[in-house]
Amino acid sequence: MQIQLTEEQRQVRDLCKEFAAKELTPNARRWDAEHHFPREAVKQLAEMGLLGVAVPTEWGGAGMDNVSYAVAMEEISRGCAGTGVIMSVNNSLYCDPVMKYGTEAQKKEFLVPFARGEKLGAFALTEPMSGSDAAEMRTVAVRKGDQYLLDGTKNFITNGPQADAILVFAMTDKARRHKGISAFLVPADAKGFSRGKPDDKVGIRASGSCSIFFEGCAIPARNRIGEEGDGFKVAMSTLDGGRIGIASQALGIARAAFEEAVAYAKDRKAFGQPISQFQAIQFMLADMATELDAARLLTLRAATLKDKGTRHSAESAMAKLYASEMAERVTSKALQIHGGYGYVKEFDVERHWRDSRITEIYEGTSEIQRIVISASVLKD
Amino acid sequence: MDFEPNDVERAVLETARRFAREAVAPAAAANDRQGRFPAELVRGLAELGLLAVNVPAAHGGSEAGPVAYALALAEIAAADCATAVTMAVTNMVGETIARFGTEAQRARCLPRLASAEWLAGAFALSEAQAGSDAASMTTRAVRKGGGWVIDGAKQWITSGDVAGVLVVWAKTDPAAGTSGVTAFLVEQGTRGLSVGRHEEKMGIRASSTVALSFDGCEVPDSARLGAVGEGFRIALAALDGGRIGIAAQATGTIRAALDASTRYARDRTTFGVQIGQHQAIGFMLADMATDEAAARLLTLRAAFLKGAGQPHGREASTAKLFASEAAQRAVSRAVQIHGGYGYTDEFPVAKLFRDARVQTIYEGTSEIQRIVIARELLRG
Repeated sequence: MQIQLTEEQRQVRDLCKEFAAKELTPNARRWDAEHHFPREAVKQLAEMGLLGVAVPTEWGGAGMDNVSYAVAMEEISRGCAGTGVIMSVNNSLYCDPVMKYGTEAQKKEFLVPFARGEKLGAFALTEPMSGSDAAEMRTVAVRKGDQYLLDGTKNFITNGPQADAILVFAMTDKARRHKGISAFLVPADAKGFSRGKPDDKVGIRASGSCSIFFEGCAIPARNRIGEEGDGFKVAMSTLDGGRIGIASQALGIARAAFEEAVAYAKDRKAFGQPISQFQAIQFMLADMATELDAARLLTLRAATLKDKGTRHSAESAMAKLYASEMAERVTSKALQIHGGYGYVKEFDVERHWRDSRITEIYEGTSEIQRIVISASVLKD
Repeated sequence: MDFEPNDVERAVLETARRFAREAVAPAAAANDRQGRFPAELVRGLAELGLLAVNVPAAHGGSEAGPVAYALALAEIAAADCATAVTMAVTNMVGETIARFGTEAQRARCLPRLASAEWLAGAFALSEAQAGSDAASMTTRAVRKGGGWVIDGAKQWITSGDVAGVLVVWAKTDPAAGTSGVTAFLVEQGTRGLSVGRHEEKMGIRASSTVALSFDGCEVPDSARLGAVGEGFRIALAALDGGRIGIAAQATGTIRAALDASTRYARDRTTFGVQIGQHQAIGFMLADMATDEAAARLLTLRAAFLKGAGQPHGREASTAKLFASEAAQRAVSRAVQIHGGYGYTDEFPVAKLFRDARVQTIYEGTSEIQRIVIARELLRG
């Protein structure tokens, strides 16, 4: 057992922490208010290798491990949760499956520039009437010679407004339900592809999401990832990794709120002493710190299993479930500690509270995580 | 970072697991009902090296480290919390003597504790009006000739009647607060030491809890453990380790609650399906499994840091707080899942429910853990 970061992992963390403090934290409030996509920050992430953290260097990535990815995600999200999810989607939901399931030719075209951060990727599984219940998806892909014609609508697609290519899931054989789903790489300049206007969201407002539309959208057959019918497997194994990213994002959001609450509690006086001297406040802080530690260990455990190539569906689900629900509790307590100041935009804590909420929903709601975990418990 | 046990840790874990299943679990219900101290199980633990897991081999210990100790203790606790607490206290007495004792004290006590020639060790710190607030203790030790005379009363002393040696804390300088406390090694049978009331407890009934009185109890100066005035520091160090032990015990409790509940959820059918297939039940199992993982990881991290010689006070408190509170949730859910059967002795969960309750109390209540955690995080 070796429960501490390696020297290299510590360096990644420190580098990201420094970057976040300098470039993200000072801007995050404005980006949130203006619904502004932080193009400049994303470019800097690319320069630091953070858009392809665990992609091998020969494919344009930084060649680091998933523990490094998790600690980097926490630090970036601690500065700006919107920037965090932009990074997470490109790493976990786009580069990771292209790396794992793509052919050499697909990797050259659809991985290298994305892992380098010259282009941005997205992942399109969700539809208006089908989220985790993927067998209900209505988007279809029909083979025509050496092309597929895609028709349908996807929504809530993070990075959708900016993406240069999207990993899209579509039915190639509706009768086979989830075994009839296939995955395709769709370049954003494909004919018949269009996007809706960006969603107006409660939180993570620096990241963009939108609906995307396919109307007789023709893509070459060589853009299919894996075999026909492999799509569901590709999606599920991708989400096992993605949930590590979202757990880390939740950790970053919660830590931001926690650290601001500690600082506020030391500063603010009531009844003649700093409020940090009251047990009511101290015990909230102690519980927040405890839950942060628990969430981080669950997340790092899932990341170490991914690094070993061991199946980690239940472990990722536990990390994501616990970390996201922890983030809602911790940001809420942090807001409470700030009192009225927590409810106004003079402080950042209200943003953290809003940002935390999505982590319990996307990449599988808490309810879906509990389904994954209970199935694993009952199977063993 | 690696959360897998190494070879030594795995060997100790598997030894403990086998003994827990084959010897401890079958006897647990009857011992609990009769409030019977399981001397034969204690001797069995000794034969397997489990009474001195983290004590140097030169003194008869297993020298397997704190991680192995935590893993082993969780296994024993999953079979019976009472046996586990007896094992834990003897281990901690051994570790404390190994760390703070003289060579003569080590040579006399450690082999006898490791081999169960002395059935147990005991810590005599708490008093009727002084628990974590150790400065309030009223037991006195006064110099007489070349030795000391101890007068006072201790309470809640686990294994106080069966212990061959007791670490006894007494004020040697009442004006000096916590700096006026000194620790002594008092052997059972010493004149002036007598065992008082045996507590009738709601849980961990197969462990022994007694009151002790010291009436002109004379010990030589060679019985002093550490320097005069060093007692409080020794107690705190012992408690850091002790808290890892309770955290491990709570982790084992959650495991047992989850395993029993999973079995029952597969066996019991309602409305035409196994109750585990109802989301109401499946989600409880998922939350228990997530809590178990988090409790285990927090415990192992504290143990790892202890083994690496790094500060681990806050981490031990964090593990103890989280694991013991998670255990309350787990045993309550386990009873709920079992319905009426859970309220009877026909299934193991009623005993788990009673046994778990003390875990948020002994070796520092949850409130004390929060004070420790908050103090450290506000210092930084």
